[in-house]
Amino acid sequence: MPEQPPDEPSQQPSDQPSDPPPARRPEQASVRPTVEAVWRIESARLIAALARLTGDVGLAEDLAQDALVAALEQWPSDGVPGNPGAWLMAVARRRYIDGVRRAVTFERKAEELGHAAQLETEDPMDEIEFDAHVSDDVLRLIFTACHPVLPRDARVALTLKLVGGLSTEQVARAFLVPVPTMAARITRAKKALAAAKVPFEVPVGVELTARFASVLEVVYLIFNEGYAATSGQAWYRAELCDEAMRLGRMLAALAPEEPEAHGLVALMEIQASRIPARTGRDGAPVTLLEQDRTRWNRLLITHGLAALARAAARSHADGRSVGPYVIQAELAACHARAFAAADTDWGRIVVLYEALGRLAPSPVIELNRAVAVSMADGPAAALVIVDALADDPALRGYHLLPAVRADLLARLGRPAQARAEFERAAALTANDSERAHLLRRAAALTAALAPCSLAPCSLAPCS
Amino acid sequence: MRVMVFVHATEESEQGNYAGHVDEFEAMGKYNEELVKAGIILAGEGLEPSKHGKLVDFAADGDRSRVIDGPFAEAKEVIGGFWIWQVSSMEEAVEWLRRAPFRGQSVELRRILEAADFEGQLPQEVLDNEARLRSQTASPTEG
Repeated sequence: MPEQPPDEPSQQPSDQPSDPPPARRPEQASVRPTVEAVWRIESARLIAALARLTGDVGLAEDLAQDALVAALEQWPSDGVPGNPGAWLMAVARRRYIDGVRRAVTFERKAEELGHAAQLETEDPMDEIEFDAHVSDDVLRLIFTACHPVLPRDARVALTLKLVGGLSTEQVARAFLVPVPTMAARITRAKKALAAAKVPFEVPVGVELTARFASVLEVVYLIFNEGYAATSGQAWYRAELCDEAMRLGRMLAALAPEEPEAHGLVALMEIQASRIPARTGRDGAPVTLLEQDRTRWNRLLITHGLAALARAAARSHADGRSVGPYVIQAELAACHARAFAAADTDWGRIVVLYEALGRLAPSPVIELNRAVAVSMADGPAAALVIVDALADDPALRGYHLLPAVRADLLARLGRPAQARAEFERAAALTANDSERAHLLRRAAALTAALAPCSLAPCSLAPCS
Repeated sequence: MRVMVFVHATEESEQGNYAGHVDEFEAMGKYNEELVKAGIILAGEGLEPSKHGKLVDFAADGDRSRVIDGPFAEAKEVIGGFWIWQVSSMEEAVEWLRRAPFRGQSVELRRILEAADFEGQLPQEVLDNEARLRSQTASPTEG
């Protein structure tokens, strides 16, 4: 016997009106995506303006969230206001003023009450107008969320939440951690900012350089969290790349005098342009030199190269030395400009790795330089560089060192040594498809002394 | 996701008469600045009146084509400019567009197709394999 359909009219009490009920639920369902979209657009500005008002980022976010809840309650029946940002700001300010009123007595804090009264008379539209004022607030918000007093993962979470307008659930999903864990991390971060009395401001002088580096690092960490992963949760990972690029572009627009901001945008956009070509139809990773370059996203490349040109113009105008993000973007651009892998300007790549190594000496950069040298000048010159890295403690257990060495030895016609190095590299890697690739190359050397393909450039930061 | 925003032309824009519209240009400049500062703009341009444009008409057999000089059709059917935005949802694109200082014209929003739209989220072989397994294991009663 089939179950009674839930909408069976005979089940309805006879005194119910036959007219359909007011369409409240369907409206709520249709307004929610609009509220979420408005939140995404307005939340950074809202929280930033409120943080300047209250001097407390945590409180500012709470007030903004209250306004969001009010919107979810009222917009379904009242409709979406003509200027939703101003509406949210007005509600949040009202909550703040009410809170101040409750918290102070006239005798003790007359001036604060005066302040509250003054706030009340101001036009809420003044606050939300998109002008230099609000832009400065958003920049202050970015610097605050990326403050070095916070651990790295907290900076990342807070930036996505406060500046990106993502929900705690979205941030948690993107980083594959349980929602309560992420919520606790964000709460701790807000408390830490309050406890350290971090001022809501853009730092100046010497401090600016270090603090700006932290902002760039956070944005690039978000990007890499999305870019580095090749499996699972693919959709959220792509969203993270998009989000990081959006944050980077915001930063470059808010601090256009900083060449590294433009450099970071260029680096992320050029790297992201390769996402469609990075995996084959079977899901296996495809190395940079083997990718089908017609699948690269030309729009992102064009945008990225334009950002790089802005960075170069800016450094040149200020007579400043070029920073690490601009150099890495230049490296990525070398590949983006080559329509075929064989057209790559390896000489230029060698020079760029040398420059990068001077800025931040590292054995990994040196190994990348060796790969570029092998392409520009041949495997013998590169082997000298790689052999010099053999005892570097930082590369101990790093599978790409023997992998690169193996490739160079194979190209130099030393198959027995090459095979041993490929096998050593295969034993060191944790990645299954990479291990299979390395073992295939070892086996190929056993079978014949065939010339080997180009070295995989997978270790390059530009890959 | 990326969306393309098609701004339809107006009688005025089709005439190429810009001088009398300084205020509108300023408002649009401010709006564009807002989009840039939000980090969503990937491209955006205004187009010359269609009287300077060309239409290339391909014959059904694909062998022949002919070139037609502008102007084309009704102003409201002609594209006067475009943006490409990177947004998180169509609703976000709509909300951004609602903030634009247009008057008396219509603007169209279309999502740009990505590789995934053609290939699916999973590698084709996985999908093929999945379909094959289903056809082998499905019980007769499930048809």
